[in-house]
Amino acid sequence: MAAHPASRPLAAWLAPLAPWALPVLLVVVWQAAAHTGLLSSRILPEPWAVAAAFWNLALSGELWTHLKVSLWRALAGFGVGAGLGLLLGLLNGSSRRAATLLDTTLQMIRNIPALALIPLVILWFGIDEAAKLFLLSVGVFFPMYLNTFHGIRAVDPALVEMARSYGLSGWSLYRDVILPGALPSILVGVRFSLGLVWVLLIVAETISAQAGIGYMTMNAREFLQTDVVLVGVLLYALLGKAADVSARGLERHFLRWNPAYR
Amino acid sequence: MHINIVEEDRVSQAVEGASGPTRRGAHLTLRGLTKRYGDRTVLDAVNLKIAPGEFVAVVGRSGCGKSTLLRAIAGLERPDAGQVKVGGGGHAPEVRMMFQDARLLPWKTVLQNVALGIKGGAARARAALDSVGLAGRAGDWPAVLSGGQRQRVALARALVHEPQLLLLDEPLGALDALTRIEMQRLIASLWTRHGFTAVLVTHDVQEAVVLADRILLVEEGRLALDLEVGLARPRARGGVDVGSLEQKVLDRVLDMRHNAAGNKENRAA
Repeated sequence: MAAHPASRPLAAWLAPLAPWALPVLLVVVWQAAAHTGLLSSRILPEPWAVAAAFWNLALSGELWTHLKVSLWRALAGFGVGAGLGLLLGLLNGSSRRAATLLDTTLQMIRNIPALALIPLVILWFGIDEAAKLFLLSVGVFFPMYLNTFHGIRAVDPALVEMARSYGLSGWSLYRDVILPGALPSILVGVRFSLGLVWVLLIVAETISAQAGIGYMTMNAREFLQTDVVLVGVLLYALLGKAADVSARGLERHFLRWNPAYR
Repeated sequence: MHINIVEEDRVSQAVEGASGPTRRGAHLTLRGLTKRYGDRTVLDAVNLKIAPGEFVAVVGRSGCGKSTLLRAIAGLERPDAGQVKVGGGGHAPEVRMMFQDARLLPWKTVLQNVALGIKGGAARARAALDSVGLAGRAGDWPAVLSGGQRQRVALARALVHEPQLLLLDEPLGALDALTRIEMQRLIASLWTRHGFTAVLVTHDVQEAVVLADRILLVEEGRLALDLEVGLARPRARGGVDVGSLEQKVLDRVLDMRHNAAGNKENRAA
């Protein structure tokens, strides 16, 4: 069998580019279609126009203002929602009494779609930042709560028994056995919540905002600036991807003892 | 494995028998120990006395209650009647247990696992790890170790507390035959060196004969056999003494099977 040395070095640097082959191909086809007039610019502007709009917004500083506001909302919503979800998950997971008292109520609330609450939210909180924060928090709360709760309950009882027999109890047991044991599940909750916050943000920002990517996008829609609309959509996609990458980074660090996460 | 067999010879010659009061071993007394699961009596008024420094093996069929006995001694099961007394020459004795699976915390390194429960004892942990021949793996995660290596870490973890009573619940059951033999030698040499009282639950009669001074058989919740081994250490696995004693105990353990109809006359033989 003849060796093909020429093909091997090619494959080595090609490998990390492989996942991008399809998107790049799509963009090329898109550009070609728009350029030749197959695609009307009102339906879908050409990639070049989107890039140009992106550049202009960046230069004028508008992009950063909107980005900052959206980012702040997402972080606040995640902080409050996921933070509460973590706390209640830890509480209900660890204490049977707390679970008996609180879990049923939480499960009932969970089955109300957050977005269906929008009319109520507007009535209660108006159309200000508090309304958006509430929506985001409620939406992000449940994945975090459920995964934390399950993580705590699913800790290997054999390990807990062993640790108890070695003199661990109370806080040291929690810190050394229960929390690390629940961590893989908790990180799944983090990943879920981080992804969800962007989806909810898009909708929350359409409830009459004065700033933010959603506002920018809606405004552009009013003025038929489809290229700016696409910039907004792309921004959401990129931010969502960045959030997922950071969640994966957390997993790779905290779960590096697990061969499945290398 | 770097167990020095010559050292084992020398040390065992210096130790005359395994009994005699020693501050390094706890004495253990069971009085009327009873444990029931539903309407099944697993342990029926068991009385037992174990002297400090003794190595006792508990054998029996699976499901006979030997693990329950050990767990009751460890305090992991609460008896329905009777009491367990562990005494250690004045102060509260340290009791440690080795389980059938290593039960290492997967999110801690080998060294951190060995140091579990001792305050600021990294040096002691390293020494314990060294005595089981794993000094070079201190920084590894348990996931990359083999089953035998994990059990060795578990053994180091138990020994780092310098226990007066070491309880072993079929710790070698999941290992391959060769690793099992090496681990038996390791346990024997560490027991000789430290002098703790050891109670080993095992289904392997040969293991019991090779390691223990005394063999107990648990049958129908009672101690049906209490046999002194009395062979000099180190014990040759293929030797006549070990072989004949092993056969005798094995016959006794399997005896009930031939009497499935309930014929109890052969029991005394």
